[in-house]
Amino acid sequence: MKEFTYTITRPNGLHGRPAADLVTAAQTLDSTVTIRKGDRCVGADRLMALMTLGAVQGDTVTVTIEGGDEEKALAHMRAYFAEHL
Amino acid sequence: MKLMGKSLCPGVALGPIHVLPETEKRGKPTPAGTPEQELERLEWGRQRALDRVRGQQSAALEKLGEGEADIFRLHALMLEDRDLLETVRCAVRAGACAEDSVREAGETFAAAFRALNDPYLQGRAADVEEVSRLWREALSGAAERLELDAPAILCAGEFSPGELIALEREKVLGLVAQRMAPDSHAAILARAMALPTVAGLVPQTHWEGTFAALDGETGALYLDPEGETLDGLTERARARQEAAESLGCFRTGSAVTRDGRSVSVCANIAAPEEAALAWKEGAQGVGLFRTEFLCLDKKQCPGEEEQTALYRRALEAMEGRRVVIRTLDIGGDKRPPWLEAGKGENPALGLRGIRLSLKKTELFRIQLRAILRAAPYGTAAVMFPMVSSVEEVRAARALLEQCREELEMQDIPTGEVEVGVMIETPAAALIAEDLAREADFFSIGTNDLTQYTLAMDRQDPDLEGMYHPCHPAVLELIRRAVEGGHRHGRRVALCGQLGAERSMTETLLRMGVDELSVPVGEVLGLKAHVSTLDLSN
Repeated sequence: MKEFTYTITRPNGLHGRPAADLVTAAQTLDSTVTIRKGDRCVGADRLMALMTLGAVQGDTVTVTIEGGDEEKALAHMRAYFAEHL
Repeated sequence: MKLMGKSLCPGVALGPIHVLPETEKRGKPTPAGTPEQELERLEWGRQRALDRVRGQQSAALEKLGEGEADIFRLHALMLEDRDLLETVRCAVRAGACAEDSVREAGETFAAAFRALNDPYLQGRAADVEEVSRLWREALSGAAERLELDAPAILCAGEFSPGELIALEREKVLGLVAQRMAPDSHAAILARAMALPTVAGLVPQTHWEGTFAALDGETGALYLDPEGETLDGLTERARARQEAAESLGCFRTGSAVTRDGRSVSVCANIAAPEEAALAWKEGAQGVGLFRTEFLCLDKKQCPGEEEQTALYRRALEAMEGRRVVIRTLDIGGDKRPPWLEAGKGENPALGLRGIRLSLKKTELFRIQLRAILRAAPYGTAAVMFPMVSSVEEVRAARALLEQCREELEMQDIPTGEVEVGVMIETPAAALIAEDLAREADFFSIGTNDLTQYTLAMDRQDPDLEGMYHPCHPAVLELIRRAVEGGHRHGRRVALCGQLGAERSMTETLLRMGVDELSVPVGEVLGLKAHVSTLDLSN
């Protein structure tokens, strides 16, 4: 299992398009990616759950990667968060 | 056979009847098959809804670009969302029918979005509802309800605004509805589309294919008309058609009087969908976009995101022509169910229009922010109703600027917005010169101006014949408003019923009114009329 934490810098947070992009990205990976904010934890391939996390600018989330090619998935997710969120 | 209903939109239609199947009604029990059958139907409906959304996505991509197509991509992803699917399937397994399961799950998820703290995310509730609707429509076959092979008179229990917008205008001759309120969104659209419409008749399935004549003036529907009835209606249909064709040349450009004065003729609209029709009819702008549709009949006023999207739609449909958005004119006799403020004995003189907005600023701010955010997509203006003092305009302007600053701080793009004042109280007309210093333009609302000047309720049937917008006192106030506005170089428009009164057009233009804004269906006729006038002597 690999994980990293990330503080959201984009004004719109994990909303509409970024959430849709994240779901699409997570679906291409063979690892299971979960996002945790506070005491809520959801799979990165679950659009509605992701959006209702309500992760906005300034919030810190923890991204966990399990199974499959974890190194590759980790790099992928890190790059994704840095670029879009 | 002659049947009498209630006329909602004039015009004559002749042709075969097409009876539409009922749309799904809330609360109407749908017989549920076995859970296995329902699960299968559920999945079948989902696939069809997905096809439809993907179709919308590629159409939007082609016509509007990636940003616009994003929303449909989101809808497609929602239709594939594991949690939504599991919630729906779970209800079906427990014995509920597919439609009810989709509706309930949709409501649950929409409520979850509404409960969030962030206005953008709250706005996504509307997307969940849209997805739920698409899915249910696919299940009930309603999506195909309006695919027509040949032109017909459409008959249905009721029509939704969305359905009317989706109609191919040339395939629809007229509408017969069992239920359609005269001031409903659907009726507004039927009028804007100039569709002869009659309400209050119960469509019978055996009418299907019957040749019929619909008389939108009297509200009569004739099944298999013959002889004189048929001849008379055919002749009227032909005359209307000819008149409409002769107006076609006025669709482009502005209306120019014979002595060369260019007059701007704009449209009054009450829903964003009407903007596209206004554009087609050759309106040079939207002189009055009433926003009361946002809140009447609704449990709560839509949030900032939803409003932004609605204004944006109107602005984009007008392709750069100005759209004047009037802030909520509620209170008085127009009271949405959620409004608790003031129920005085004399609502017309009570807390309404800008007075209410300045008192309940939380609602007003949402609307101002949404207008500012939509503004980059066209030429937007905002207009305040029921103004009676300079202070009100200053206060409203200050709030607008505050909203702009807040948006800038949040890095949310805004656009330029002109600020207009409605002249509809005698007070505003009398202090027009002072108001002109604070406003970018005026728009004279003659309906309220007449009511307040003459102290006559325009809806009181006992005053019929006495209530008259051409009363010299009203005209004198209009003259003062124009003069006051022009002294500071402000454009003065007129958006009340008087603007569509052809016998008054010349008088108003001679007084110096710069722009007339009338119902969409009147635009072409008024442009034609203006071009026959000579104001040189």
